[in-house]
Amino acid sequence: MRSVFSQSQQSAGNLRSPLRRLGPALSAGRVSVLVVAGMVVAGFLPFMKLGLVVNGLIFGSVIALGAIGLTLVYGILKLGNFAHGDYMAFGAYVAFFVVDGVLPRVGIEGAGLGPFTFGIPVLIAMPLAALVVALGAIALDGLIYRRLRDRGAGTAILMMASLGVAIAIRGLIQLIWTGDTQHYPRDSRQVYHLPMDVRIPPDGIFVAVVAVVLVFGLYVLLTHTKMGKAMRATSDNPSLALVSGINTRHVVWWTWGIGGAMAAVAGVLLAVVQAQLLPIMGWKFLIPLFAAVILGGIGNPYGALVGALIVGVSMEVSTQWINPSYKPAVAFAIMIGVLLARPRGIFGDTQ
Amino acid sequence: MDLSGILDYLVGFAIMAMIYAIFALGLNVHWGFTGLFNIGIAGFFALGAYTAALLTSPPPDPEQFEDFIFGGNLAQHGLLNFGIDLWFVVGIAAAAAVCGIVALIIGTITLRLNDDYLSIATLGIAESVRFFFLNEKWAANGSKGLYRIPKFMGDLVAPENYDYLYLVVVLIVLALLFAAVQRAVRSPWGRVLRAIREDETATAAAGKNIFHFKLQAFVFGSMVMGIGGALFAHHVRFLSPLTFDPLLATFVIWAMLMVGGSGNNVGAVLGAFVVWGVWAGTQFLPGVFADPSFRLCMIGVLIVAIMLLRPGGLVGEWRRMVVRTTAPPATRDPTGFD
Amino acid sequence: MALLEVSKVVAGYGETEILHEVSIAVNTGEVVTIIGPNGCGKSTLMKAIVGLVRVRSGSVLFRGMDISGHDPEQTVRGGLCYVPQSDNVFPSMTIRENLEMGAFVRRDDYRDRIHEMFQLFPDLKPSAGRRAGSLSGGQRQMLAIARALMLDPVLLLLDEPSAGLAPALVQSVFERIRDINATGVSILLVEQNARESLRMSDRGYVLSGGSNQLEDSGPALLGNPEVGRLYLGG
Repeated sequence: MRSVFSQSQQSAGNLRSPLRRLGPALSAGRVSVLVVAGMVVAGFLPFMKLGLVVNGLIFGSVIALGAIGLTLVYGILKLGNFAHGDYMAFGAYVAFFVVDGVLPRVGIEGAGLGPFTFGIPVLIAMPLAALVVALGAIALDGLIYRRLRDRGAGTAILMMASLGVAIAIRGLIQLIWTGDTQHYPRDSRQVYHLPMDVRIPPDGIFVAVVAVVLVFGLYVLLTHTKMGKAMRATSDNPSLALVSGINTRHVVWWTWGIGGAMAAVAGVLLAVVQAQLLPIMGWKFLIPLFAAVILGGIGNPYGALVGALIVGVSMEVSTQWINPSYKPAVAFAIMIGVLLARPRGIFGDTQ
Repeated sequence: MDLSGILDYLVGFAIMAMIYAIFALGLNVHWGFTGLFNIGIAGFFALGAYTAALLTSPPPDPEQFEDFIFGGNLAQHGLLNFGIDLWFVVGIAAAAAVCGIVALIIGTITLRLNDDYLSIATLGIAESVRFFFLNEKWAANGSKGLYRIPKFMGDLVAPENYDYLYLVVVLIVLALLFAAVQRAVRSPWGRVLRAIREDETATAAAGKNIFHFKLQAFVFGSMVMGIGGALFAHHVRFLSPLTFDPLLATFVIWAMLMVGGSGNNVGAVLGAFVVWGVWAGTQFLPGVFADPSFRLCMIGVLIVAIMLLRPGGLVGEWRRMVVRTTAPPATRDPTGFD
Repeated sequence: MALLEVSKVVAGYGETEILHEVSIAVNTGEVVTIIGPNGCGKSTLMKAIVGLVRVRSGSVLFRGMDISGHDPEQTVRGGLCYVPQSDNVFPSMTIRENLEMGAFVRRDDYRDRIHEMFQLFPDLKPSAGRRAGSLSGGQRQMLAIARALMLDPVLLLLDEPSAGLAPALVQSVFERIRDINATGVSILLVEQNARESLRMSDRGYVLSGGSNQLEDSGPALLGNPEVGRLYLGG
């Protein structure tokens, strides 16, 4: 195999909606679908508790950070990475190791920084965890995925390998940190009370701000830097990128680096929001992640962002009517709905 | 442990290994022969097990169960009073049917799309099934689980010897399923499946309806898994949603098929025995090796290693192995043929 | 010595061998066309030259250096650029970004080159900010060629540049190719539109069943009755 990419872009051409044959109404373009979706949302709006919507946006920000990395890898490497959730979990645990095992030795401790439950240590640990997971993701590509691609292995083999990686990472986490619940040092803090019964935990604002900053940074990278544009080009058309002289190996490194770093940050933020770390937290997050990615169209980071917010809000708002433990099932239901109606996502064309 | 203790242990081990072998056969129909990527085996496992258990269990005693209102009892109602042993057969058939129907729905939605979507959807199914049985206490007693699931022909032998009888039952079912799967994959139908696995575009060009064949294979394999789940329910006789965690209900089965060799039914059965043997055996090892987390990690490493070194499995599909060793490195072209 | 010298190249996909010892050559300044029936290996030959398909045996000499084991990236750096037949633009990127990607390996300021491309293909300029995916077939083909020209190549490989275009557009594509050749770029062309392309070619090859059949000057191939009957539609 000469190409870095074994999977052809023609696979994307095979997508077909089972409902499309029902008539042109469904393929009438993205506008109508968005309008209908908007009307549905607007119809529900009066019945939604605004507080749940706000919670959903915060939760959706965490999903977004994970989903954007997942969709970049999916689009550029044609790999639906089943280990992405476990990259998140691993990031959260690396940060825990730094907060719990390293920083106290150099005298950095504490929780309850200003309005937040966590302290300086988490702020230091988060970028470190991002770096570790980014490098780890790049290393795993060299060890595993690159070899499989070079051999011309199909999507299924790549995904199977990522499943193995997911299992191994989770086993490793359990082995090192046990299967028990852990948490970052925290002080309880007052939530902000806003009108209309909206309560925002200060941590939630932190999560949203971090997500906005990272997404904006990624936007600048993808639209204003050579490497970012090369990543988009590779996602668009891998073999043309290759014959344009784009160094696809570097593109692969950057993709894993960005995906891994964002996953680690998402993991830390998830651990902050949920106030706990569990080895299975990443695996459980896979369904919302994939739902967001599919909703936004595979390979489309902005789509993943919107998809993540929709999934996050839907999951939270659903608790108004159904048992909260069905939240992941809500994400799954959204995913199935999208697969039925618009398998290329809400922003994808209908062809 | 005395001799009979060891023998009891071995019988228990063999029953579990054979039940796992049934799952490995079902997965072989999905992945080994058709290339369908099902990572939600746990979902079909649970559906099969719960279906059989609910259909055959005695009525719940209101004193013991606060929320649980559904559950079996059909066996003792007028026209349907066939006796528990016949209900055992009905339960197995129903388990297969329920799994088949779920597979039909999921397959219809996803199999027309890219391969990846099926795997993501099966993951969702597995989790949703678990949530359902965890949360809907009326259906299956939630996290406290279903217990006192009846034995098949339990009156026939003394309880301490029952496993020997069940061993034979499982063996017969396994043999029947093995024959069925073997027959199916050797038929013209099975040849089309393998053609799809090897080269979907060419098979479609040959005028085969890829979607229908994939759907049939997906439903068939899932029904086999449902039967495995039913047998499991009557063996352990206690089900809770926690039984069906991804590790023991999905990943271990993948490891079995990988070790045995996808596309090879004998390998699938052997793989089930080997992996279950290693899994059960390592718990007697000292130190870290007995740690379930370590074994979990090793399962992952094993799957990655097999993907890297021997994608056809350790035993492998015989004919493919020959091709693999003689063919030059693949140079599949990213933009397709001329 | 020829600019590009392909000798006895064997290549294919997986277990299938498509090219059986194909040999062709392009001299500096030439336009060379390869014609032949569908599936004869024309596109595979292009991909083998550029490094997208592995060359199993034989050699590809470009400017005297064997590039048959090189990555496409190295080949492109050497001044050999390639325009695939289909999927030859980055659809979600703007025209300007497409051109920037064509210049990926350049470290210098390539803004002048983009300007030159807009002069060569005036149609592209007004829509420089449009996504390539929304362009018409003709514009897309122009963009694809412009992208490949961003590196100032010595040799340009074009795989069926006129495929799927309206007759009027076919003419203008061939005119552009002649213009490009006039600036000193050698061109190797695969064409279904054999008559048109042979007319402007210095030499041509007929490929059939993955091996060489004929080689002659463009006009001579056009005049060859057998070629006419088999490949030029009578």
